[in-house]
Amino acid sequence: MSIDKALSGTGSWLDDRLHGAKGLRTFFRKIFPDHWTFLLGEIALYSFIILLLTGTFLALFFKPSMTEVVYHGSYIKLDGVHMSEAYASTLNISFDVRGGLLMRQIHHWAADLFVAAILAHMLRIFFTGAYRKPREINWLIGLVLFTLSLLEGLFGYSLPDDLLSGAGLRITQGVLQSIPIVGTYLSFFLFGGQYPGTDIIPRLYILHVLLIPGLFMALIGAHLFIMFHQKHTQMPGKGRTNQNVVGAPMYPYFMAKTGAFFFFTFAVLALAATFAQINPVWLYGPYNPLAISAGSQPDFYMGFLEGALRIMPPWQWVVFGHTFAFNVFIPALLPLGGIMTAAALWPFLEQWITGDKNEHHVNDRPRNAPTRTALGMAAVSFYGVLWAEGANDVLAQHFNVPLYTITWIARFAVFLVPIFTYIITKRICLGLQRKDLHLIQHGVETGIVRQLPSGGFIEETRPLDEEELAALGRPVALALPSGEGGAEAEVPAPDMRGGLGRVKARLNKIVNESVPIDEHGANGHGANGHGANGHGANGHSATAEDHAAVSSGSDDEG
Amino acid sequence: MSDSTHGQGPGEPEEGSLPGAQGETGEESQGRHRVIGTPSPAESRLLLAETAGGSAPGLPAAKPRTLPADPQDMAGAKRAEKIVAACFILAMLAGFGFIASYVIFQVHSVTNVLHSNLALGTCMGLAFLLLGVGATIWVRRLMPYVELTEMRHPMRSEPENREAFADTFKEGADTSQFVKRPILRRTLIAATVPVAVAPIVLLRDLGPLPRESLDHTVWRKGMRLLNYGANTPIRPGDFSSPGGMITVVPDGFQNDFNALAKAACIIIKFAPGQVVYTDHDYPVPNLTVKNWTVDNIVCYSKICTHVGCPAALYEETTHHILCPCHQSTFDATRGAKVIFGPATRPLPQLPMTVDAEGYLVARSDFTEPVGPSFWERGNSS
Ligand code: HEM
Ligand code: FES
Repeated sequence: MSIDKALSGTGSWLDDRLHGAKGLRTFFRKIFPDHWTFLLGEIALYSFIILLLTGTFLALFFKPSMTEVVYHGSYIKLDGVHMSEAYASTLNISFDVRGGLLMRQIHHWAADLFVAAILAHMLRIFFTGAYRKPREINWLIGLVLFTLSLLEGLFGYSLPDDLLSGAGLRITQGVLQSIPIVGTYLSFFLFGGQYPGTDIIPRLYILHVLLIPGLFMALIGAHLFIMFHQKHTQMPGKGRTNQNVVGAPMYPYFMAKTGAFFFFTFAVLALAATFAQINPVWLYGPYNPLAISAGSQPDFYMGFLEGALRIMPPWQWVVFGHTFAFNVFIPALLPLGGIMTAAALWPFLEQWITGDKNEHHVNDRPRNAPTRTALGMAAVSFYGVLWAEGANDVLAQHFNVPLYTITWIARFAVFLVPIFTYIITKRICLGLQRKDLHLIQHGVETGIVRQLPSGGFIEETRPLDEEELAALGRPVALALPSGEGGAEAEVPAPDMRGGLGRVKARLNKIVNESVPIDEHGANGHGANGHGANGHGANGHSATAEDHAAVSSGSDDEG
Repeated sequence: MSDSTHGQGPGEPEEGSLPGAQGETGEESQGRHRVIGTPSPAESRLLLAETAGGSAPGLPAAKPRTLPADPQDMAGAKRAEKIVAACFILAMLAGFGFIASYVIFQVHSVTNVLHSNLALGTCMGLAFLLLGVGATIWVRRLMPYVELTEMRHPMRSEPENREAFADTFKEGADTSQFVKRPILRRTLIAATVPVAVAPIVLLRDLGPLPRESLDHTVWRKGMRLLNYGANTPIRPGDFSSPGGMITVVPDGFQNDFNALAKAACIIIKFAPGQVVYTDHDYPVPNLTVKNWTVDNIVCYSKICTHVGCPAALYEETTHHILCPCHQSTFDATRGAKVIFGPATRPLPQLPMTVDAEGYLVARSDFTEPVGPSFWERGNSS
C-alpha cells in the first residue's frame, strides 16, 4: 500500500542521490541489547536535547549583561531595586513571558537530571566492566563529558546573577585565586579584573550557550558513533558471547521504545517544573557582595565540592613570601581531579594487572569482579561523605548535633568510610558469588518438601536451566588468561619477575579474588568467552557433581 | 524489560513483512499454543547479510517456548490498539490545551504566573506522558518482541587491510617528500608554533594584571564608616549598649560593588573588658589592636579569609563571627582569630578613630590584604 508508494517515490528519489539503502538497512537492523541500566545513557542524551531546546528559548529573552538597571517589572516586591540586567531579564522571563517560568524550571530540572543520569550511567559502565577493551576511548570521552557537565551547570547556575548564584561565583573566584603561581592571573583574566567586575556574566554566558554545548555536541557525537561502531555490550545470558550481540533491532522495536522514553523524560521534567519549584531567584534577590542567604544549598552536583571545602582543616604555608593555600585548592581540585584521573587510568591499569588484552563485550555482573566493585563503591562512599558534609548544617539541625562535631566526624569518615566500604563490598560480592555457586551446585529450591526413606525431610531442588546458568555470568572476571602464566604459576611469566612484576603479581592476586568456582567442577560459566561449545554440556557438569545431595533429576534439564 | 513477550519472532510472517509489522495476522493463523523454534524463518530471512552467514555459534538450539494463548491475545491486541489510540487522542487534546492555556492565562503577576505555569506545565506534561504511555503500550502489546543476533568482528582490522593502509600511508609520506626533506619538515613545524601560540596571546586583554591591586581596598585615612543600607555615618554614642553586628561601608562607595567586595566591614560594640587587647599598633595573633578601636567598638573586614563569602552571622553570646559558606568561625574578642573551619587567617582589623565631628572614620586602609589567600600574598601584614 502506501508504504510501497513512499519507498518507490520519496525513498527512491533520495536513494538515487544519497546511495543510502544499504547503510540505512544496516542501521535499521542494528541490535540493541535490553537491560534497564542501558537506559541511563539515553536519559542523559534526552536531557541534553531538552536542555538545548529550553536553553534556546531562554536565550531569546535573557540579557547577559551586568549593567545596572532599576527594576520596574511585574514582581512588585523588587520594584525600584537596583540590579543587573541579567537578573532583571531573568525576572522578566519568569513573570512577563508566557511559559517563561516553565521553560526556566524545565531547564533547571533538566540540568539536574542530566548530571544525575551521566553519573548513574558512568557508574553502570564502571561496575559492569563495560569500559574494557575496546571501549576505553568512550570511557575517556564520558569522563570529559561528566566534567564538562559540572562546569556547564555551574556556569548556567551563575547566569541569573541572583544572591545565591553570586555566592557560588564568589566561591569559584576564591578558589581560582588560591591556585599557586597562576591563581590571581586566572581570576583576573576570567573576571576581567578584580571580583566581581562587570564581565563575568557575559563571559560565562558565551561559554554556557556556545562553547560548552558545542563541545558537548562534538563529544556526544563521537561517543555515539563509537558506541554504534563497536556495538553495545550485553549482560551475560544464554547465547550471548563475546562474538555476538543479542537484542532487539533498531527499527522498529528500539526506535519506538526509545521514542517513548524520550517522551517520558520530557513528561517527567515538565511535571517536575510544574509542581516542584526550582531556583526561585526572585526570592533570593539580586546579587550583593555584602549579603548572603544562610542555609542556602548549591545544586546537588556541587555538594561534594562544598563538603570538601568545609571539611578541610586550616592548613596553609607561606614559603619565601608565597602562599600555598592548601585549605582551598586541595579540597577544590583534589576530589574531582584525583578521582577523574584515577578513573581515566583504571582501564589501562586493570589491563596491566590482569594481562588481559582481549576484547570484552559481555559485561560482568558487579559481584563477579569483587575488587573492582569494591573500589568503585569506596569511591562512591568517599563522595557520599563529602556530599553529606556539604549539608552539614542541615544535618546538624536535623539530628540536633553540634555543627563542629559533624565536621570532625566527617574529617575521619572521609578516610575510614571508603576503607570499610571496600572491605564490606568485597565480602558481599564474595558472598553473592558463593550463593551463585550454591545455586549451580545444588540447584534452585522448588518449595516442594519430600520425605526421605530415612524419615528426614528434604526440600526438592531442580538444577538451573541453561538460561539461568548463563545469566549468572563468569565468576572470575579478571583472571589472567591461562596462557600468560598467572600470578601463582610455578615459574612466573617474564613480566611477573622483577620489582614491578612482583607488584603486578600482588595486585593481580587482589584483583582476582573470587570464589574459586572452577575447583568445584562448575566450569560452565555460561557462554562467555567460550564460544559455541562451552555451553550445553558444561551446564550439566555444574550440577552433576552434587546432584546426589539433591533430589529431583538433574538430568532432564532443558 | 519485556519478559512477557520475550521469545523469538512469530512463526510465519507474511511474505515481505517485518516481524514487527505483521501483528495479528500471524497470531490468527496459529493454534492455541504456538510453539516456536529457532531460528525462526523470520529471523533467518531478516538478518543482515553479515549475520546470516554465521549462525550464532553461541546460540544453541533454543528450548521451545510457549506464547500466551492466541484468542486472548487477539482480544488483548484489539484492546491495546484502542488504549494506544485513546492515549494519542488525549495527548492531542493536551497539546491543544497547552495552546489554549497560552492564550487564556496571562502573566504579569505572581498569582497569574503560577496559574499559567500550572496550566501550561500540566498540559505539556500530560501530552508527553500520554505519548510515552501510548508508545510503550504499542511496543509492548502490539509489536512482537524479536530477539535477533548479530555477529561481532574484532575491532582490529584484518592484517591485509592494515598492511594496505600502512603501504598507502608510507606511499603518501614518500610522495609528499615530508620524510625525505627535513628542511621542509622543520620549517613547517617552526612556522606552526607561533601560529598556534597566537590565539593564546590574543587572550591577554581579557583582564588587567593583578599587580598590587589585591593588597589594598578603598579605605583611606579619615573616610567615614557608613551604616550599610541607611548609609548614615555612625557616632560611638549611637550604640546604647553592647550587642549585635552592623555592616559598614566606606563613605562614597556605598553603591560600588567592586569596591565593597573588598572593603565591606562589620563593627561590633563590646562591653568593657570583653575584648582581649594588645597595645601594639600592628596586628598581633589572637589579640585585637586597642588603638584601632573606639570605645570598645571594633571593626573587622567582612570578607571571609577562606574564599571570600561575607562573614555575615554573629552570635552575641559567644562573640563568634560565622561565615555561612563553610562555617569558618572567628572570635571577635580576640582579633577575630579562627577558632573553627577552613579559614587560615583572622579577619583583618580596620584601624578606626573618630573625626572632628565625632563620627567613626578609618585611620588608614587595612594593613594587610583582605579576603581569600593568593599566591603573591605571602606574609604581608
Ligand atoms: C546547550 C544549550 C543551552 C543553552 C542555549 C542554555 C541557555 C541558558 C540560559 C539563557 C540561561 C539563563 C536562564 C535564566 O534566565 O534563568 C541558562 C540557565 C541555566 N542553564 Fe543553560 N543552556 C544550555 C545548556 C545547559 C546545560 C547542558 C546545562 C547543565 C548541565 C545548563 C544549565 C543551566 C542552569 C543550571 C541554569 C540556571 C537556570 C535558572 O537558574 O533558572 N544549561 N541556560
Ligand atoms: S568563605 Fe567563609 S568559610 Fe568559606
